[in-house]
Amino acid sequence: MSEAKPKIKAAERMKINRQAMPARDAVERSHTFGEVNLGLLEQIAILEAQRCLECKEAKCVAGCPVAVDIPGFVAKLAEGDLQAAADVLANCNALPCISGRVCPQEKQCEILCIRGKKGDPVAIGYLERFVADWALAHRGVRKAAPVPLSGKKVAVVGSGPAGLTAAGELAKLGHEVTVFEALHQPGGVLVYGIPEFRLPKEIVKAEVDALVRLGVEIRCNVIIGRSYTIDQLLQEERYDAIFIANGAGLPVFMGIPGENLKGVYSANEYLTRVNLMKAFDPNSATPVLKAKQVVVVGGGNTAMDGVRVARRLGADPSTLVYRRSRTEMPARIEEVHHAEEEGVVFQMLTNPVKILGDDKGWVRAVLCQRMELGAPDAKGRRSPVPIPNSEFEIPCEVVVEAIGTRANPLLTATTPDLKVNEKGYIQIDANNMTSKPGVFAGGDIVRGAATVILAMGDGKRTAHAIDAYLKASVQPATAN
Amino acid sequence: MGYQVLESVWLAPNVRKLLVAAPHVTRNCGPGQFVIVRATPDGERIPLTIGFADKAAGTISLFIQAIGKSTTDLCNLETGSSLCDVAGPMGKKTTIHNVGHAVIVGGGVGTAVIYPQARALKEQGNYVSAIIGGRSKPYVILEEELKAVCDAVYPCTDDGSYGFKGFVTQRLGQLITESTANPVKEVITAGPVPMMKAVAEVTRPLGIHTVASLNPIMVDGTGMCGGCRVQVGGQMLFACVDGPEFDAHQVDFKELSDRLTAYREHEQRCMAK
Repeated sequence: MSEAKPKIKAAERMKINRQAMPARDAVERSHTFGEVNLGLLEQIAILEAQRCLECKEAKCVAGCPVAVDIPGFVAKLAEGDLQAAADVLANCNALPCISGRVCPQEKQCEILCIRGKKGDPVAIGYLERFVADWALAHRGVRKAAPVPLSGKKVAVVGSGPAGLTAAGELAKLGHEVTVFEALHQPGGVLVYGIPEFRLPKEIVKAEVDALVRLGVEIRCNVIIGRSYTIDQLLQEERYDAIFIANGAGLPVFMGIPGENLKGVYSANEYLTRVNLMKAFDPNSATPVLKAKQVVVVGGGNTAMDGVRVARRLGADPSTLVYRRSRTEMPARIEEVHHAEEEGVVFQMLTNPVKILGDDKGWVRAVLCQRMELGAPDAKGRRSPVPIPNSEFEIPCEVVVEAIGTRANPLLTATTPDLKVNEKGYIQIDANNMTSKPGVFAGGDIVRGAATVILAMGDGKRTAHAIDAYLKASVQPATAN
Repeated sequence: MGYQVLESVWLAPNVRKLLVAAPHVTRNCGPGQFVIVRATPDGERIPLTIGFADKAAGTISLFIQAIGKSTTDLCNLETGSSLCDVAGPMGKKTTIHNVGHAVIVGGGVGTAVIYPQARALKEQGNYVSAIIGGRSKPYVILEEELKAVCDAVYPCTDDGSYGFKGFVTQRLGQLITESTANPVKEVITAGPVPMMKAVAEVTRPLGIHTVASLNPIMVDGTGMCGGCRVQVGGQMLFACVDGPEFDAHQVDFKELSDRLTAYREHEQRCMAK
């Protein structure tokens, strides 16, 4: 705790430049899985927080899907009151260590920061991570007050960012929460998708442990839609409400010749083998093909994770192939930047047309064509058009396709009265409730592939909608 | 913690049966479905067909053939030990109809895969024949169990040490020819890929509907990884969510068998340790 300090004047705040995030050396990290961003030191974090002008009507919060009280925690941090900053953050964000690391802040809160108008915005993401990590390290300093129990049971399907956030909120509201996870480890995309160097699995475990201490029960290896149907959860297991957050699911393949050659992976499979199953460790029971040359197809965060994983597994070159140009890439700027520093080769305006194999069925190269940007599409993105006779080969032994996912039919197929749209994603109303009373949904199974923070936002909003529903309903929810 | 191994017995020199407590699996499971298990916290995820499921007791029987390091580890689990993870059920249930005469063809541990189908076919009122193969007598498994649910069981061995001398496909050809009064209407097969491919070739010219239970490499078993993709009738399907059973006349077995070799080097390295 620090004593009350005199307010810093705006002019002084304006004089402070944005602080840089210390990072592991690029050469070192191109072959290890240690976290890239090392976190701010305390005095640096406080200095950065003091850059905040404490706007009367702060714009930044509007950009945050979970509505973090950004000015609130930043002000406490600027005063040096770390515990108070941590409390503010804990009240509005169930997984701050995670969002502080993987959120595209530059597109959400920081883009709205007034300081960005002339110069650099406040590094809100770095500060969130700093405060969250501090809170994690000083856990037990302050215990949450016990919550009166509501006597209501809520099932959460999926333990990814949406599910975990909802579970935390619901538990804090006094409901008995069970999270069902199909894999053997909770975390969803946070453990199978996002690599260790961007989000250490210890951090995810710590956040999950915190939920368990709040009273949340986590049941792994249970596949809702198969082990139990939604109706069984409602009628036989007596859950009063359900939140479906089981993710986007099935990987999409390009549909070009050669995709079933040995050495072709979906990004999901490649990343799951390495992240969840720890195939980067030579002693791991689960294998992954370690190739000298790897091509990763796509321009999103998943593609960036794939190409950086390949680099760390020894690929030289590890090449990213994207059919548009750099400006159109949906990946976080920081990831693109880090990938570049690590020696990843970017082949922009390039599109694979065929994967070429040897006589033993192994990948030997990708045949690509050059693209140019044509007229903007419906979303305003300029669509890529092939340049005639521009084919060329990129030699490689592994190809990773990170071009998106489609809805997983596993749960919806066994819940026929759950309304889905033409793409198979679950339809919800303004309160995030599905066509089945008491059954809510959020995250990628509603939106299609989106970001961790949007899923967290869905989890938080839905938890409160479920709370309102449970308070309003005298009878427990039943189907039909 | 974990999932208790209530019983562990050797059925053949390389095949072990584990009786495992997994009530979350038995609740809804049916023939053709599988689980994914891990022996230890650092183990590989291994898909295994659910052999017998006892819904009242909440137990399942798993049949494991020791091939690589992970399956050998599973085979070494004794009664009273436990599995770290059992997830399931996964895959689609077999569609069972009354067709008249149905034949199940199992090779090695594949015999365990088709046992639930044999039972379900019988319950539907079919005349059920089982052709089960192994390289020699000790490798023929579940003969007694199958006799209890089938009308006829034909064991086959490569070396002739027991039953019919020769491949299951030869016996299948014979059976089809013999069964003029009660013609074979459906064949369900599970076992090594070359065997399933050969079964498909026996029935293809005769137009007998044939189903193969496939065993491609997979990681999660819920459709997420796409590692288990197979070409069926020119379409890319995922064995874990679209299968694991497919029309054997439509499956690209050559590609399946090739894809199964992707980690052979890794397996050999692991076994050498």
